[in-house]
Amino acid sequence: MSALWVDLGIILILIAGIAQFRAPRVARTGNLTAVVALLCALAVVLYRYRVLDPALVVAFAVLGTLIGGWVAARVNMIQIPAMVAFQHGAGGVAAFLVSFVELTRDTAVPLTRVAEVAALLGLVVGAATFSGSMIASGKLANRLRQTPTILPRHNGLLVATLVVIALLAVWAGVTGNAAAVLVALVALLASAIVLGIIFAVRIGGADMPVLISFLNATAGLAAAFCGIAIGNRLLIACGATVAASGSILTHVMCQAMNRGLVNVFAGLRLDSKSETTSSTVVTAASTPEGDSREPVEERGDPRVRAVSLLGDAQRVIIIPGYGMALAEASEEVVQLGERLSDMGKEILFAIHPVAGRMPGHMHVLLAEAEVDYANLRELKDVNGDFVETDVALIVGACDVVNPAAIERSDTPISGMSILRADEARHVIVCNLDERPGYSGVPNPLYSNAKTVLLLGDAKMTVSTLLQGLSCSADAAAGD
Amino acid sequence: MLDVLLMVIIFVVAFLIGYVLIARVPQMLHTPLMSMTNAISAVTILGALLLFSVPTTAVEKTLGAIAIVTAVFNLVGGFVITDRMLGMFKRKQAVVWKSNERTFKTPSVPTESRE
Repeated sequence: MSALWVDLGIILILIAGIAQFRAPRVARTGNLTAVVALLCALAVVLYRYRVLDPALVVAFAVLGTLIGGWVAARVNMIQIPAMVAFQHGAGGVAAFLVSFVELTRDTAVPLTRVAEVAALLGLVVGAATFSGSMIASGKLANRLRQTPTILPRHNGLLVATLVVIALLAVWAGVTGNAAAVLVALVALLASAIVLGIIFAVRIGGADMPVLISFLNATAGLAAAFCGIAIGNRLLIACGATVAASGSILTHVMCQAMNRGLVNVFAGLRLDSKSETTSSTVVTAASTPEGDSREPVEERGDPRVRAVSLLGDAQRVIIIPGYGMALAEASEEVVQLGERLSDMGKEILFAIHPVAGRMPGHMHVLLAEAEVDYANLRELKDVNGDFVETDVALIVGACDVVNPAAIERSDTPISGMSILRADEARHVIVCNLDERPGYSGVPNPLYSNAKTVLLLGDAKMTVSTLLQGLSCSADAAAGD
Repeated sequence: MLDVLLMVIIFVVAFLIGYVLIARVPQMLHTPLMSMTNAISAVTILGALLLFSVPTTAVEKTLGAIAIVTAVFNLVGGFVITDRMLGMFKRKQAVVWKSNERTFKTPSVPTESRE
């Protein structure tokens, strides 16, 4: 019984670590608390069981530590989503290998039915997490095509693979023949890997945050199944906590895009119907666009106009999108914010939940550029402020500020929560081009008379704005 | 059977406590959170260690060794990256106070004093 209390103590330490994720500084302590919890768990297991090949185990643990530490020290914040996805995959590998060995090994005490079912689940979930994560990581690292790859009869293939997996699992469970079990398990492993690939290739672009969160949950689930298979309480508790975390993040991401989980994973939005709708919208929107922008061009260089707008503004809200990350413009954007702040203006950064490629990614990118995190605002906290804002400065964002989400009911983003940049007195858009965002819905904000469009590389554009502001400040000082 | 029940209870309770706690984590910390929980899921290292608590065949040794490398990679990498990320979040008081003082309506960012 005392063993149970020790385990519960360790689980409490872990929970205490997670409970500290409130603000960045305490969260750092929380992370270290979780490290302590896992070290205790390791110590307890080593105390309770004798490891028969200590040299081998230590050697490979050191190898893992070196690789993990080396990669973690070098990775930059733009690569974080790819790195995290890759790690989900590594977790999946460990889970399916442990399950596989437990199922195949020839021990005196055979596995109980419960343990066997759990191990089979751990094997399937772990292997699918592994392959799905590798695809996700490849997409996030730009090694694979980022857009969704849709195979013929994609949903049919998905269901077929699931059926094959179920049949193989049952066969592995009922057959008594050791050789047959091995064949069944290897086939099961292969089909689970195929499942992960089919599942993940179809998801791309703005849906990546959902995929990566979901894989976070399945990696935890695989660990928990592994725990049930070997009857280890610590594994179950840790796995369950991770599964909870991944589920919440998945839910938050789906909610932010106003889409159901099934909708994302079954690719319902990307059917031909919605594509034709959006293309008709393009032609419809292009006509008024041409008319309304004439006067803007008459007013001369939009960059000059943007600088004077920023110079005159009292309140500016900056809206960074993933385009800013792609242009590697986060430092310039943060500098611009500081410059404006030094000029006595009030600056906020408004961050949409799906602004990056994983939950909270944009916050980390800005933190890397040394933003003051007290100026970062979440959607619900900042949306009321736009009405009283002089300039909304959009850098590399489109869908998350598209008023069509509110004004129209027939677009893929209709109903999605957006940052109400359209309510600000003026809008400055620093995007690469006028093309619609991932959703394919044209943004009416671009053709609005109060908008100044600064097309081109965001890093260049924002630098130009910075220089322009410095010049005008010097001129003012000269007067 | 009692064991199975206990395991299910542990799973459910840990999931629920985790759910309640994590639902309150601010969006700003979601990436470090995922990175940390990712490291926690490498707790499968315990399972990999237990594989070596009984005599093993060559195949089992190989598979177990791979499991150890991947789990430790995940564990160390996850915790180190999380720490690095959290260390990047900075505050510059002077700027903060100005923007909180008299302007925007909803300054609901966790402040150092509330920590």
